[in-house]
Amino acid sequence: MVETYDVAVLGGGLVGTAIGLGLAGQGLRTAILDEGDVAHRASRGNFALVWVQSKGMGMPRYSSWTRESVRLWPDYAASLREESGIDVSLHQPGGFTLALSEGELERRAANMARLNAQPGFEHLDYEVWDRSQLRQVFPEIGPEVAGAIFCRLDGHVNSLRLFRAQHVVFARRGGAYLPNFQVQEISRLPGGGFRILSGERCIEAGQVVLAAGIGNARLAPMVGLDAPVRPLRGQALVTEKVAPFLSHPIVTLRQTDEGGVMMGDSQEEAGFDEATGLGILGAMADRAARMFPKLGQVNIVRTWSALRVMTKDGFPIYQHSEAAPGAFLTTCHSGVTLAAAHALAVAPMIAGEGLTDALDAFHPRRFHVPAAS
Amino acid sequence: MFQRLPDADDAARRTGIRFTLDGLPAQGFAGDTVAAALLALGRDTCRQTAISGSPRGPYCMMGVCFDCLVVIDGVGNRQGCLVRLREGMVVETQAGKREVGR
Ligand SMILES: Cc1cc2nc3c(=O)[nH]c(=O)nc-3n(C[C@H](O)[C@H](O)[C@H](O)COP(=O)(O)OP(=O)(O)OC[C@H]3O[C@@H](n4cnc5c(N)ncnc54)[C@H](O)[C@@H]3O)c2cc1C
Ligand code: FES
Repeated sequence: MVETYDVAVLGGGLVGTAIGLGLAGQGLRTAILDEGDVAHRASRGNFALVWVQSKGMGMPRYSSWTRESVRLWPDYAASLREESGIDVSLHQPGGFTLALSEGELERRAANMARLNAQPGFEHLDYEVWDRSQLRQVFPEIGPEVAGAIFCRLDGHVNSLRLFRAQHVVFARRGGAYLPNFQVQEISRLPGGGFRILSGERCIEAGQVVLAAGIGNARLAPMVGLDAPVRPLRGQALVTEKVAPFLSHPIVTLRQTDEGGVMMGDSQEEAGFDEATGLGILGAMADRAARMFPKLGQVNIVRTWSALRVMTKDGFPIYQHSEAAPGAFLTTCHSGVTLAAAHALAVAPMIAGEGLTDALDAFHPRRFHVPAAS
Repeated sequence: MFQRLPDADDAARRTGIRFTLDGLPAQGFAGDTVAAALLALGRDTCRQTAISGSPRGPYCMMGVCFDCLVVIDGVGNRQGCLVRLREGMVVETQAGKREVGR
């Protein structure tokens, strides 16, 4: 007998588990099929920001979609806590981008103005702060800090606990997590539905949701979907746990709820190479110590790198296959920020009538607009 | 309870080192690490952990476990087992998280 489910979610990272727990919450018998520990997982190496301020240049809808998720986040965190007993430590006090010179501040302010001036861009409240304003929030800033961009909507979580909580809630809702199930083949069944193969193993499901991060690139064409995603490496550092000294997250610097100060995170085209290197780590640590000189005395205890799941334009892809109805693709590069929207908005669409117009902007047809010559 | 070996305990043959421990005068011997001196004084906890605050003391004595953290001369989170005791040193319990700049 082949195991059968209503829905199979391929990939058990932040995206797959958020969608999976949402589907299980809609009463669907849901399985998450996940590769083994060799998998490249952004979900374990990210920077944990729930972030709005700089997003949406080139696609206004991405900003408003991000904001929808940010609004859903408090309820989402509360339901995770209630169902899993895990506090993901959501804090949304507003966040900053610090500038280390007047020129950088002007550049960043101009970028924010350009972002807001795009046709169809839902107005975003942000503030440009000068040094003296900033010193009231961060008395310890270094002499080079000229000012900052502040946006009230920004925040952060403990993303490892988020990842764990999503798995626990998925299981509590009756979901089946199938580890070491590296999907090799997806085929359509004659009477509808899909058969999913991994070596000798096989399951069947009425619907299939691709949420395999970088793995989507290989799986998507099997069911008429289009996932041009590539790895984009990011490196980060974390210090020993120190007493609270950063009240707000900064886009490249945040203090976790447990006290470690994270510094990040680079963007490097490095294929599947997950190495770390002193050059980039050193540059990031140096920038952090110029922002807060006292950080220079704190010990770094770990460094790592992880691979982002990146599309050409940096925006998510949500797609329902026309060739193979019932097959969906969900992938993005801000899976922490969008977790609430994935669980509370995208999953109900998949369980219901399919993706609505609200997600139309994220269809991969946008990659096939003929280039103007 | 740790005890010095009889040889090592022969105070007459070793140079005493005076330091302060949490503000009180204390004594060890030349050649002691901070962690060894604390253990010999019967102080088998030297810090509280950063999250739960549970007590910890020197364990591996060779720099790998980080359970011997103390504040030395005003610098937090130093590994007591890797620092030699010096005359006049100011050693304090590491109470939970280190403070930035201390
Ligand atoms: C350095 C860095 C910093 C980041 N910072 C932030 C941030 O501050 N805020 C934010 O919102 N986002 C951030 N992100 C992005 C966020 O981490 C990702 O968007 C998110 O983790 C992506 O989740 P995912 O589930 O799509 O992918 P992954 O975590 O890559 O998971 C994919 C899963 O699919 C599985 N898989 C792959 N192929 C197969 C297959 N063939 N069969 C079965 N399973 C398969 C893998 O086992 C894996 O578990 C950051 C990422 C990086 C790398
Ligand atoms: S006792 Fe283990 S590191 Fe010092």
